[in-house]
Amino acid sequence: MILSIEQDASRFRQIVRGQIKRNLRKYMSNGELIGRQGKDLVSIPVPQIELPQFRFGNGQGGVGQGPGDVGTPLGPARPGNGHGPAGDQPGDHILEVELTLQELVELLGDELGLPRIQPKSKNQVEGEVTRYTGLRRIGPEGLRHFKRTYREALKRQMISGTYNYARPAIVPIRDDKRYRSWKTYPRPESNAVILYMMDVSGSMTQRKKELVRLTAFWIDSWLKVHYPNLVTRYIVHDAAAHEVDAHTFFHVRESGGTRISSAYEMCRDIIRKDYPVEEWNLYAFHFSDGENFGDEDDRRCADLLQHELLPQMNLFCYGQVQSGGGRLFWDTLTTVPDEKLAAAKINDDEDIYAAIKTFLGKGV
Amino acid sequence: MASLPPDLLELQAVIEGYAREFGLDFFEVRYEILDFRTLNQIAAYDGFPTRYPHWRFGMEYERLSKSYAYGLHRIYEMVINTNPCYAYLLASNQRVDQKLVMAHVCGHSDFFKNNLWFAHTNRRMLDEMANHAARIRRHVERHGLEAVEDFLDTCLSLDNLIDIHAVGIRRRPTPMPETDAEREEPETVRRLPAKNYMDAFINPPEFLAEQQRKLEEAEEQRRRFPEEPERDVLLFLLENAPLANWQHDLLDIIREEAYYFAPQRQTKIMNEGWAVFAHTRLMTDKAMTPDELIDYAEHHSGVVAAQLGRLNPYKLGFELFRDIEDRWNRGAFGSEYEACTHLEDRRRWDKKLGLGRQKVFEVRRVYNDIGFIDEFLTEDFAREQKLFTFAYDEDSEQYEIASRKFQDVKRSLLFQLTNFGQPVIEVVDGNHENRGELYLVHRHEGVDLDVPFAEDTLQNLYKVWGRPVHIETTVEDEDRVLFSHGPEGGVQQTLD
Repeated sequence: MILSIEQDASRFRQIVRGQIKRNLRKYMSNGELIGRQGKDLVSIPVPQIELPQFRFGNGQGGVGQGPGDVGTPLGPARPGNGHGPAGDQPGDHILEVELTLQELVELLGDELGLPRIQPKSKNQVEGEVTRYTGLRRIGPEGLRHFKRTYREALKRQMISGTYNYARPAIVPIRDDKRYRSWKTYPRPESNAVILYMMDVSGSMTQRKKELVRLTAFWIDSWLKVHYPNLVTRYIVHDAAAHEVDAHTFFHVRESGGTRISSAYEMCRDIIRKDYPVEEWNLYAFHFSDGENFGDEDDRRCADLLQHELLPQMNLFCYGQVQSGGGRLFWDTLTTVPDEKLAAAKINDDEDIYAAIKTFLGKGV
Repeated sequence: MASLPPDLLELQAVIEGYAREFGLDFFEVRYEILDFRTLNQIAAYDGFPTRYPHWRFGMEYERLSKSYAYGLHRIYEMVINTNPCYAYLLASNQRVDQKLVMAHVCGHSDFFKNNLWFAHTNRRMLDEMANHAARIRRHVERHGLEAVEDFLDTCLSLDNLIDIHAVGIRRRPTPMPETDAEREEPETVRRLPAKNYMDAFINPPEFLAEQQRKLEEAEEQRRRFPEEPERDVLLFLLENAPLANWQHDLLDIIREEAYYFAPQRQTKIMNEGWAVFAHTRLMTDKAMTPDELIDYAEHHSGVVAAQLGRLNPYKLGFELFRDIEDRWNRGAFGSEYEACTHLEDRRRWDKKLGLGRQKVFEVRRVYNDIGFIDEFLTEDFAREQKLFTFAYDEDSEQYEIASRKFQDVKRSLLFQLTNFGQPVIEVVDGNHENRGELYLVHRHEGVDLDVPFAEDTLQNLYKVWGRPVHIETTVEDEDRVLFSHGPEGGVQQTLD
């Protein structure tokens, strides 16, 4: 039964979603949501929606009951604000709204005007699914359709007149037996891999890594919705590159110089080894503060990008985090002419919004 | 919805028999058995099966469903003030719960029927609510959901601006047919008889002009609009605001429902206290079987549990009724008792009057919460119940027990209950400065308005009135402040 209140509830959810959407920029720039992410659901705190009324201000106290001397604190829980009949009203509420990741990402897409990704159509990987949809007369006992079998038996007994109303026992014989049968359906699947690369040289502070983490959360969420099979790989580099797991990626502290080309080489090798370009949609995101070691390495990177990486990639993004002054990798990178290349500067929480828009706004 | 299965019908008859024996006099009760989803829906709709579409019901439903899902809270019953009285039982309740709930419902129904403050309420509200829903749905069809919802939000944000005593007091004089005497020419200043050459001295023109001005002012005073400050702001808006027909209808509906629910807010402590009082008596004296004791005790104690820092209206009302019964049984009232200062004598005071039962029934008929607390909350009671006042402490940033003095506790409680905990706001001028602007005054009684909320509410009021609106209030105990909202948005100015 559908309750009539469902309509009101869905209208309410619509209003809440509108609120989330309006405040999306705020949510995007604070890390709170990451901690609130479950498997499929993200729980988002929104302020309680209240109709304004002429009412008394808060903090006036009220009357309570129980032991304790004057001055005894009433615990961290807010007591009823004391107005309205006898303080039975709840205090200020934060509404916890649960959205599926899908919904959240749709909001993100709407708000940032992100185009939906068209997965590479050539050489789509075909997966297969098996569905039990039919019946047949032969099959293994394990797949016997109990209800249909007995229905057949009942039919037969009725027709043959052996059905006894006083003693309604139904005994199926071999002919009555029905078994479930299956069919396989091809399912187009597109696979995608994200390669995250991050500079962990001495100049990358914890703060910079936090910015990377936030940006990566939104990139992950967005791509996850578009690709059912999403693989993520992580590469850290200083003067040399290593592949690590997600936790290490965001928490490792290393020091040393920076040779960006080492990461790009590793990226190229991983792709070559594991992800044939015909079968995979390839995304790479590289974060660094741009302080690369020497012009020569910059040129080497540009070369790698232009000739080896970009031709295979769906998208290659470079995020330059809280860069200082002086000669930076940014200047070299932006000379590479390719529409699969996107670059953004992330100096502050606020910039994440724009960076996501730049990275994902290409719709590839 | 399903009506009662035979075993529960039987139970109902038994419980109601006990209730009548006890002296309760209630409307016929019709029970419906509901699953928790439907019960949550009905609870979100304030007990009615059909309400107009509005997101706030959806919000309440989500909240109830979530707290049910997390096991924080469940509703055992709902009962509404109608005749016959409808009550809802949760299907998954155990039999002892159903017993308890039925006894409780008898208490509520008796209260609805007998308490004076409910005397004027519409006992066919079930139909009325459904009619309201149908009317509003029709407006939605004609004017669109957005427009209707927006105006409903506006009306709901003003729905506490009613005059809760309006039903008991005739504030407006009955209009009298206009007599000839009233229709006479406007008065002019009388001139003293004087010879021509003395006239300028005996009737100096500036004096005459002054007198004429005073007369006109008095006349103006007589035609003030509204003539007396109007507490029922919604009624004033209905009569005078430039509303489209459908808007007028919405406002009318919201106002009617606000008046219907007002007595329940005015008698929360008494009503719940009385129902608990009733179920306790019925269950412990008659209805409960020995094997039900533990379950009963658990649920009863859940109902009257006192959380530190909160006042449970069920408990407060229940304890007060018990206290009244006890005092009137012992004769512990009147001037002789009051004059007795010896604590031990007071405690042992017993004149064996046995008036308790009679007194509680009388109390449930004639009081509302504020009178109930004012009359029966005694110093002994406050001490025994460990009542205290609490306040926010700026230094420790938390609420702390502020006082255990009886006077403080009582003053604070009574203040909470005055005008059902809402600020008193009146329309004093519907034609402020002769510009058709609306001027409200908040009768400040020591607590300020919530300023951001007041500004938003004023904006809504402006939407209804169509011309600039003002509210005069006091901020931080001294400054008279005027909040205004007009076409340019809100402004705030300090008055001298």
